[in-house]
Amino acid sequence: MVGEPSRSAQDDSGRIMPSQTDNAPLLEVKRLRVEFPTRRGTLLAVDDVSFEIAAGEVLGVVGESGAGKSLTGHAIIGLLEPPGRVAAGEIRLEGRRIDNLPYEEMRKVRGAQIGAIFQDPLTSLNPLYSVGRQLVETIQTHLHLSAARARTRAVDLLKEVGIPGAEQRIDHYPHQFSGGMRQRVVIALALCAGPKLIVADEPTTALDVSIQAQVIALLKRLCREHRTAVMLVTHDMGVIAETADRVAVMYAGRIVEIGPVREVIKHANHPYTEGLMGSIPSLGHRTERLTQIDGSMPRLTEIPNGCAFNPRCHRRGRRCLVERPDLMPAGGGSAACWLHDAKGVGDAIVGEPANA
Amino acid sequence: MASRTAFGQWFHQAADSDIWWSFKSSATTVIAAAVTLFIIALAFLAPVIAPHTPFDPGTLSLSDGLKPPVLISPDGDWSFPLGTDDQGRDVLSSIMYGTRLSLIVGFASVVVAMVLGIALGLVSGYFGGTIDAVIMRIADVQLTFPAILVALLIDGMVRGLISSQRHDEIATFVIIGAIGLSFWVQYARTVRGSVLVEKNKEYVQAARVIGLSPVVIMVRHVLPNVTGPVLVIATINLGLAIITEATLSFLGVGLPSTQPSLGTLIRLGNELLQSGEWWITVFPGITLAVLVLAVNLLGDWLRDALNPKLR
Amino acid sequence: MAGEEMPHDCRQMLAFILRRLMQSVAVLLAVGMVSFFLFRYVGDPINAMVGQDTPAVEREALRQKLGLDDPAPVQFVRFIANAAHGEFGLSYRTSEPVNRMILERLPATLELSFCAALFALLVGVPMGVYTGLYPRHWSSRLLQAISLIGISLPTFLIGILLILFFSVILRWLPSFGRGETVTIGWWTTNFLRWKGLEALILPSITLGLFQLTLLMRLVRSEMLEVMRTDYIKFARARGLANRAINFGHALKNTLVPVITVTGLQLGSLIAFALVTETVFAWPGVGQLFIQSVQFSDIPVMAAYLMLIGLFFVIINLAVDLLYFVVDPRLRGQMGTRAGTH
Repeated sequence: MVGEPSRSAQDDSGRIMPSQTDNAPLLEVKRLRVEFPTRRGTLLAVDDVSFEIAAGEVLGVVGESGAGKSLTGHAIIGLLEPPGRVAAGEIRLEGRRIDNLPYEEMRKVRGAQIGAIFQDPLTSLNPLYSVGRQLVETIQTHLHLSAARARTRAVDLLKEVGIPGAEQRIDHYPHQFSGGMRQRVVIALALCAGPKLIVADEPTTALDVSIQAQVIALLKRLCREHRTAVMLVTHDMGVIAETADRVAVMYAGRIVEIGPVREVIKHANHPYTEGLMGSIPSLGHRTERLTQIDGSMPRLTEIPNGCAFNPRCHRRGRRCLVERPDLMPAGGGSAACWLHDAKGVGDAIVGEPANA
Repeated sequence: MASRTAFGQWFHQAADSDIWWSFKSSATTVIAAAVTLFIIALAFLAPVIAPHTPFDPGTLSLSDGLKPPVLISPDGDWSFPLGTDDQGRDVLSSIMYGTRLSLIVGFASVVVAMVLGIALGLVSGYFGGTIDAVIMRIADVQLTFPAILVALLIDGMVRGLISSQRHDEIATFVIIGAIGLSFWVQYARTVRGSVLVEKNKEYVQAARVIGLSPVVIMVRHVLPNVTGPVLVIATINLGLAIITEATLSFLGVGLPSTQPSLGTLIRLGNELLQSGEWWITVFPGITLAVLVLAVNLLGDWLRDALNPKLR
Repeated sequence: MAGEEMPHDCRQMLAFILRRLMQSVAVLLAVGMVSFFLFRYVGDPINAMVGQDTPAVEREALRQKLGLDDPAPVQFVRFIANAAHGEFGLSYRTSEPVNRMILERLPATLELSFCAALFALLVGVPMGVYTGLYPRHWSSRLLQAISLIGISLPTFLIGILLILFFSVILRWLPSFGRGETVTIGWWTTNFLRWKGLEALILPSITLGLFQLTLLMRLVRSEMLEVMRTDYIKFARARGLANRAINFGHALKNTLVPVITVTGLQLGSLIAFALVTETVFAWPGVGQLFIQSVQFSDIPVMAAYLMLIGLFFVIINLAVDLLYFVVDPRLRGQMGTRAGTH
C-alpha cells in the first residue's frame, strides 16, 4: 500500500512534488555507518549518512567513485558483502526497522518491498535459465500464484517494459537479448513482485548512450505508474537531472548536500556541488573553461579532520579545518558547509589551499 | 620501458607487506615452509650427516638385516634408529639419500619443463603461422595423455634403444628428461597466450621498428610479464613432478635400486610388507607424503598471494 | 533493437559434431604416428622376434615377408590399417597375439575404472558442494585440509597404506588379485560375486581418491566463484529462498564446467589404473603395459597407446557433445567450446 501523494505542489514542469508534510516517509536512513575492518584498521565507507525518501519519489544519489553511494544502497537492501557491515544507525521502511532483521525476514522484504537493479544487465541474469523461468520463479516466491497465472503475469511485465514479441521471447535466454533489452528484463524482474522502493545502482552506466535515455525513461514511467520510489545511484548528473525529484550529493562517505534537483543544479549550496555542476559541459551556455576541482577525493584511510572537502575548497576558513559540519538548512535544501552557518567559516587561512 | 617497470613493479609488490604479511599470518604456511626447508637441508647434507652409507656395499653386513625401529621393539638398535632392510641398509640414511635424489629429480624436471615450455611458447606465440600450428597440435595430442603415461613412454623408448646397464647409469637424466617432457605443455600454452597479448602492444611494435631482433624482444620485454603465471604453474608442477618420479620408481621404471629415490625405496620395501616388516616401506612413504604436502601448501599459499583477485 | 534470432539448433550442432569428429581423427592419426614410430623404429623388430643364431638369410626373408623394407609411408598406412582391425602382431615377450592379450585384460581395467569414477563422483561432488556453500564452517576447513593431503599422496602410497591397514593388520579385505569373476561371452566381471566385489573395494578407492579430491576442490572453487556472481546477488536481491539460490541457480552453473573435467577424468582414470593395478596385482591392461615397458615389448606398448588414444578421443567427443547440450549459450554460437583442455 502506498501513501497518497495528493495535495502536493506542482513545479514548473508539471512534475508532482511530494510535499514535506505528506505521510511518514517510505524510507528513513538515520546516521548510517558502514565499516570495513581490514588489516590496516577499520575503514569507514559510509559516515553518518541520513536522508529520507517519500513514497513515489525519485531520489538521486550522486558522487564520484568511492564516495560510498553504492554501499549505502547495498546496506539498505541488506546485501553488504562481508567483511563490510552496518556499524551504526537505523534504516526504516515505513517505520519498521530493517537493518537489524534476521536473514529470513529481510529476504521477504527484498523483492516484495524493496527491489534492486544493478549495473551490468548481462551478468545480472543467470545465463542458463530462460528469462521466463527467472521471472516466474520470482513471482511465485512472493505472490502465491499458480504457474500458469505467474507466467501470464510475466508476459504482461515483459510487454510493459517494452519487449516486442513477449509471448515468444519469454522462453529465450539472456544471451539472446541485446544490452538494452536485457536491462529492461532486469527492470521487469525488479518490479515483478510489486515493491515500493527500487534501489537502482548505476542502471545505465553499462549501456550505450543511445539506449541509456530509453531505459531511464522507461524506469521513470514505470515507477510513476506503479507508485514506486527510486533511489537512483549514479555518477551521471545528466541522468539525475532528467529523472530525479531530489538529489543527494555524496563525498568521502558523507552527504554534503541534499535538496530538490533544480535547486541543487542551479544554485549549488556546497562548494563541492558547485565544482561538480561547473564541470559538466552543457549545450546551452558557452564557457571559457570547464571548472576543475583541484586534487582528488581522499582515500578512506586519509579523511581530513573537520570538513572532508576542506583541502580542495577555495572558500574554507579556519573553522573548516577543525569542526565537521552536519547538514544544515541552505537555500531550498540542506548542505554540510559552515558557509551557511551564522558563525561562518572562521578566520581566513593564508596561502593556497593544500591539495589532497 | 614498460616491461622493465612491469617486472620491477611486480617485484616490489611481491616484497611488499601484503605478501609477506599473508605469509607470516598463516601458521600452516610458515610450518610448511619450515618443514620443507628442514627436509631439503637434511637431504642435501646427507653425505655429511647420514649415519651410514647404505649404498656402498662394502659397508653393509647381513647380520644387521631386518632390524625393527628402535622405539617399537626391544630388538632395535640406536645406530639404526628407523630399522634396516633385508640387506642391512639403514632406513634413516636411505631416506636421506633417497630424498636428495627425489628432490633433485623433481626440481630438475620442473626446470626442464619450464625452459622447454617457455621457449616453445615464446616461439609459437611470436612467430605464429605454421610453427605455431604445429607446436600447438603436438601440445594438444600430448595433453590427451596423462603425464605419467608420457613419461613412461619416453622411458620405454629409451630403454628400447640402449642396453639396460647403460640405462641404469644414466637413469637420473632419462627420468628428468621424461618428466620434463611430459610437463612442458602448460608452460608453453600460458606463455603463448601472454605473447599473443603482448605482441600487439605498442612497445613491441616500437621495438620492432627500431630493429631489435625478435629474440631480444621476446626475452627482454615479454618474458618478464609472464613470470607470475609461470611461477604459479611451477608450484603446482613441483609436487606433481616429485609424485611422478616416485611413481615411476615404484613401478620399477624409474631410478634403480643402485641409486634409489624415495619411490624406489618404497618399492623395495613393499615386497616385505606382507611379512610384517612394515618400516622399510612406511618411513620413506611418510617422508614422501610430508614432503609433497609441504610443497603443495607452499604452492597454495604462493598462488593465493599472487592472485590479484583475492587481495 | 530486437534480439538475435532463434538459432537453428540442428544445423549448428551438426557442423560442430563434424568439426570435432575431424579433429578426433587427426588426433588419432597423430597418436598412430607415435605408435608407428615406436613399433617400427625403436629397437629392431626382427631381432626381437627371432633367436640369436638365426642365419642372416632367414632374417632377410622375414624382413621381406613383413614388408620392413617398404617406404615409410607405405608401412605407416599398413600399420594404421592393421590397427583399425585390432591387429598388432605378436608380443616380443610372450609371443602371443597382442590383441588377444589386451582383450583378455580389458574388462578388469574397465570395471576398476568405472568403480573408481563412481566413487569419486558420488563422494567428491557433494563434498565439493558442501564446502563451497559453507566455506567457513569448521567441517569445511577440515575437509579442505584432508583434501590437500589427498592430492599430495601418490596413488601407490595410498594403495600401500590401505593394504597395510585393511589387509595386513585388520585382515578385512584381500590385498591382491581380482577375486572371483564370472565370464559372460568375452567379458569377465567382478560384479556378480561378493568376493568379486570385495576385491574391487580397495583398488577402487585407491584409484578414485586422487580424482575425488580433485573433483571436490574443483566443485568447491567453482561454487565459490558462482556465489560471488552478479546473478546470484541479483537473485538474493529479488528475495529468492536460499534453497532456490543454492540448488537452483548456483548448483547448475557450477556443474556445467565440472562436467568437462569429470569426463576427462574418466579417461585419465583408465590410464592411471596402471599404478593401482601394479600395487594390487590387478590383471588389467595397465599392468600389462608396465610389464611391456620393463621388457621393451614394443608391440604391446604401441597397441596400448592406440587404445588409450581411442578412449580419450571418444570420451572427449562425448563430453563436448554433452557440454553443447547443457549450456544454452553454446547453441547460439558457432560451437566454440568455452572450456579448456
